[in-house]
Amino acid sequence: MASLSQLGNSLYRGDVSYNIVGRRKAWYLVSAILIILSIATLGIRSLNLGIEFKGGAEFSVPLATANDQSVTQARERVIAAGETPSTVTIVGGNKIRIQTPALSTEASNALSAALATSFAVEEANIKVQLVGPSWGDEVTKNALRALLVFLVLVAIFLSVYFEWPMAVAALIALAHDVLITVGIYALSGFEVTPASVIGFLTILGYSLYDTVVVFDKVKENTKGIHGGSRTTYSEAANLALNQTLVRSINTSIVALLPVLSILVVGVSLLGVGTLNDLALALFVGMLVGTYSSIFVATPFLCQIKERTAENIALAKRVHARRKNGDASEDIKPVVSIGAPIVSSAGPRQQQVKKPRSRRSGK
Amino acid sequence: MAQHYRPGRSLLIFTVGIIGLLVWAFLPGERHTPKLGLDLRGGTQVIMSPSVAAGETLSQDQLNQTVSIIRQRVDGFGVAESEVTIQGTGNGAKIIVTIPGETSRTVVDQLKTTAQLNFRPVLAIDYGSPQPTASATPSASSSASPGASASASASPSASPSPSPSPTVSVAPELLVPPIQSPDGAGDFANRFSALDCAKSDILKGSTDDPAQYLISCEKDGSVKYALAPADLVGTDIESATAGLPQQGAGGWQIDLQMTTDGAKKFADSTTKLSALETPNDQFAIVLDGVVISAPSVNEPILGGSAVISGSFTADEARALAQVLKYGALPVALDVDEVQQISPTLGNDQLKAGLIAGGFGLLLVIVYLLLYYRALGVIAVVSLVAAAVMTYLVFVILGRGIGFTLTLSGVAGAIVAIGITADSFIIYFERIRDEIREGKRLRAAVDQGWTRARRTILAADFVSLLSAAILYYLSVGSVRGFAFTLGLITFVDIAVAFMFTRSLVTKLGNSKWMNAGSSWTGVSPTRLGVKASTSEVN
Repeated sequence: MASLSQLGNSLYRGDVSYNIVGRRKAWYLVSAILIILSIATLGIRSLNLGIEFKGGAEFSVPLATANDQSVTQARERVIAAGETPSTVTIVGGNKIRIQTPALSTEASNALSAALATSFAVEEANIKVQLVGPSWGDEVTKNALRALLVFLVLVAIFLSVYFEWPMAVAALIALAHDVLITVGIYALSGFEVTPASVIGFLTILGYSLYDTVVVFDKVKENTKGIHGGSRTTYSEAANLALNQTLVRSINTSIVALLPVLSILVVGVSLLGVGTLNDLALALFVGMLVGTYSSIFVATPFLCQIKERTAENIALAKRVHARRKNGDASEDIKPVVSIGAPIVSSAGPRQQQVKKPRSRRSGK
Repeated sequence: MAQHYRPGRSLLIFTVGIIGLLVWAFLPGERHTPKLGLDLRGGTQVIMSPSVAAGETLSQDQLNQTVSIIRQRVDGFGVAESEVTIQGTGNGAKIIVTIPGETSRTVVDQLKTTAQLNFRPVLAIDYGSPQPTASATPSASSSASPGASASASASPSASPSPSPSPTVSVAPELLVPPIQSPDGAGDFANRFSALDCAKSDILKGSTDDPAQYLISCEKDGSVKYALAPADLVGTDIESATAGLPQQGAGGWQIDLQMTTDGAKKFADSTTKLSALETPNDQFAIVLDGVVISAPSVNEPILGGSAVISGSFTADEARALAQVLKYGALPVALDVDEVQQISPTLGNDQLKAGLIAGGFGLLLVIVYLLLYYRALGVIAVVSLVAAAVMTYLVFVILGRGIGFTLTLSGVAGAIVAIGITADSFIIYFERIRDEIREGKRLRAAVDQGWTRARRTILAADFVSLLSAAILYYLSVGSVRGFAFTLGLITFVDIAVAFMFTRSLVTKLGNSKWMNAGSSWTGVSPTRLGVKASTSEVN
């Protein structure tokens, strides 16, 4: 912990600086590979949709211990009742989950009674879920509509609160997160249920939340840099990233801890279910979301911003100044170096620090 | 901050607010726990949508009527705290029925029944087999046993049945339900004798045109009827209640009350029927083309109220009363989703949710304490305050607007732990930034807040926005999640602004914190500031 604190100090002052913005091509490459993999996976094997999307019936029978024999027994029981079991699985070691294509309520009542007799459990303890065939379409439609409305409103909010390039960068990071999360779902074959959709939608909020915090610092650091010739936009943004890095790490840990606890408790106590579906989507999404707010959103923002006349001029002035060897400015040429730069091997206290000029006016 | 910030005052307001919530939540005579959704305590949830043909639109009136009938049916099950809610409008509307606890598996069938109820004079009865099977009749109708009869004077209506007619050959398609005829002429009689209740699909129910003649069977298939066009339809019934007679004699009975229009029709019908011979003095109560009961009429009933008596059990009487009262739905319903969860499973899920939440909170607390030390203590106290506040609001909203806490709501709350803790992290990191700049603690606390406040509000706004959109554009479990998430974002803002900030400011004024021990979490030395720049006092 203390070392993270120390790192925080160094990052804040710029003693240690990870050149994140400057290495954007590397991050883009990583993200591009992940996205292409996701899309390719989606093309090859589609998402494993839960019965809430396909329509059908699901029975969950609690047993003392569920084993392969109970699976066979359940399968035979369902076939004997004249229905086709699409999947029969053991859940959490003490439950059998049977899914069938859509059943009428009468057929489902009959089957649940038959299962109760066969496994000698009370019928009331069998969890039954019936989903009509059109329900899934509706859930999907609603989710997509929610997504669209959300994106439009967020774009407006970000454009007003920040500026449009930030809105664009934030939305690209968002699309990045969703694509990769969906890709991971396709690849792993995790079942997509309404709970996972809730998870996806929450990731959107979370991913943006994270990006907003970083951008807020970028906005603060880049305020008024055009008056001078000390730092380029990218350098100021990179400093903001480094300064908020400790917060990002802390926030991610604090947000992931409860989600992890849902996953662990959920799996050990319940087997699969709403909690796990949700937590899994969140876990994957939050990891990707933290990555994108640091490595995708800000570098992309800088790319847009560096194209404006104002910033091109600024970059020229900065470079000209550095060429002239204006050593008194003590600006580290961050852009050209990749790995962490530890500027001083000696004790930190001996380093000559200049007061940060960007705050001197306040 | 133009005005000097007074931490004591907001702390006082916050405390008063919490006490207010406490008192409100624990008002005597009210429920003191959040209202739990069915996935946490077991029960049945059914989501239905109106089935409307393409090009048709469902009027708000029809929808409201459907919902009120469903609501009455649900209330008829007699399970406390059952709920019927409606989401959306017109064709896209969803009717969500929630019945807590262990419920019968037939609930769904009873809910979506779009029963068409008709009262038809009986033309002919055929008991089929030699001896009428009264005992097997669940509806205890008129068939053989002490016959149900309209009006208070009960008299057995069972009459010598016409002897089984010789088998008549009738084209099979003429026996596919509904077996109706516009005038009762032609081969109507042949079709009547050819129908075999046991082999026919007639008991599965069918549409029943009240203006036509109908051939049908009693619910259990024991008796066959030829029926005249309906004299009365379901909407003519104002109310029907099951009860025991005033004198306490006899079995259960159903008291009927007609509407004004219905009373007139019923008076005409009973006047006509009471003058006829058995079995033509009977009228059949026909639900979706199936005969439920066929009481006989002894005298004209003019007042618009009648009693159907017979050898009903309490359950049978209630079921019949319910059919009579809420018979017809204006629109057919499709069942989109049915979920039945046993109370045991619900309890397990609640336990898992609470354990996951508690464990997650503990992990976060340990992390915050290790990293932020004294500031971490404030963060932990703030998190606890937020948790208490959230619980109280759950209790109050459960009573006030019927907010139910579902499993996805619990998940939302657990996820929100992270978002709430993040507000403190943003604030603390800003304070530490200011100290790294060389500011003294008090100034850093003030400046840090001014900077952090903006970020917290912007980030929380995005969080609220996503919660609000999720809430308005979704159904079922997604809503519960969105609501909880949004609610806790508000709690987070209240706690961060009124509570955390005051505590940090108070602590920032203390000697110990300013002495800069490494346990404070804001020690200038640990934050890499030279002693000389920070300790000028």
